Amino acid sequence: MKIAIASGKGGTGKTTLSTNLAMFLGERERVVLVDLDVEEPNSNLFLNGEFLKKEDKMKMIPQWESSTCTHCNHCVEICNFHALIAIANEILVFPNLCHSCYACSELCPTNSLPMEAQKMGELSHFRTQQIDFVEGRLNIGEEQAVSLISQTKKYVEKYFSDDTLKLYDSPPGTSCPVIESIKDADFVILVTEPTPFGLHDLTLAVETTRALKKNFGVVINRYGMGNDDVLSYCEKEAIPVLAKIPHSIEAAKLYSQGKLIYKEIETFKDEMQSIALYLKQFSKERA
Amino acid sequence: MKIAFTTKEPTWDSMMEARFGRAEYVVLYDEESGDITIHNNADIAAQEHGAGPKMAQAMADLKADVIITGNGPGENAHAVLSKMGTTIFVGAGEISVSDAYKAYQENRLEKF
Repeated sequence: MKIAIASGKGGTGKTTLSTNLAMFLGERERVVLVDLDVEEPNSNLFLNGEFLKKEDKMKMIPQWESSTCTHCNHCVEICNFHALIAIANEILVFPNLCHSCYACSELCPTNSLPMEAQKMGELSHFRTQQIDFVEGRLNIGEEQAVSLISQTKKYVEKYFSDDTLKLYDSPPGTSCPVIESIKDADFVILVTEPTPFGLHDLTLAVETTRALKKNFGVVINRYGMGNDDVLSYCEKEAIPVLAKIPHSIEAAKLYSQGKLIYKEIETFKDEMQSIALYLKQFSKERA
Repeated sequence: MKIAFTTKEPTWDSMMEARFGRAEYVVLYDEESGDITIHNNADIAAQEHGAGPKMAQAMADLKADVIITGNGPGENAHAVLSKMGTTIFVGAGEISVSDAYKAYQENRLEKF
């Protein structure tokens, strides 16, 4: 089963939930946690896994061949992302705008834009006593996260058996990287906080998740602060609330020390247990 | 000299637009012939990426020697424009096109 952990708003506790839930579940079944927040992966700060291997991940970018180009400018016209510019006698390529769609390369009448591989980031595989952990890490300055997210998921699907529970720690927001992270998940957990900002971004994330026709539920983190509007919203929309993780200074302290919270705070562990039960039930009904 | 202004409306009487890539129009004034050409960039509102390079491409197609704008181009567009040798003046985002032209003639604009 594949479970994506996402949120509209950043900083609601995706990584806290991902790492704690993965390690909690890993005590009784095979689990791989995958950090797909490739622009700033941070799950490993809490896991301290043993390093297994690293792979360079590439993206394909057109390289302009001046000798064969006839300057028809067809490439510039068809590029949806304005990644190619024609000036005087030159075609300029902007790798950061390129989405590696191959349109310019395939449609160039003189094959003057062959695609070449460029390193965009790295994939690393770690192992702890309880779980496997895989992260994608985009190079600094690189803008296109989607391809690396997709390649990281491919690695996980190839390397791990179907009966391994796969947890995808997704990027925040509701744009392309999030869509890529949750689009083939069986279940999506949306983490939010009980504040007006948390609710606002939760509604966006719910719309996105519904548009993708996903089964999903909400985890309210820092429950007890703010107000009850998130809870009322979930009731009104008939969205299951999987857990309400209490707002606690102690949890924040453990987080800041890079420690797993469920091992130290009993109520936190109870909430992990509630989520585990819900997922188990979901998995049974699905089978 | 062909001088390009980033503008809000497709006329010489328009106010300037401070943004480069996301300006809706370019008013191009050819000092030699006195001709005014309008470039419509309004479809940029629907596009998320690459506004700067798209505008730089338009400037290349218009063969502008000088660009007068407000905030100035971003990194991608600037790379194209410097390759073309276009001179860019900024700080004219909040005035009318004719005032911007006057300021340019009197050398009161800041070079980018």
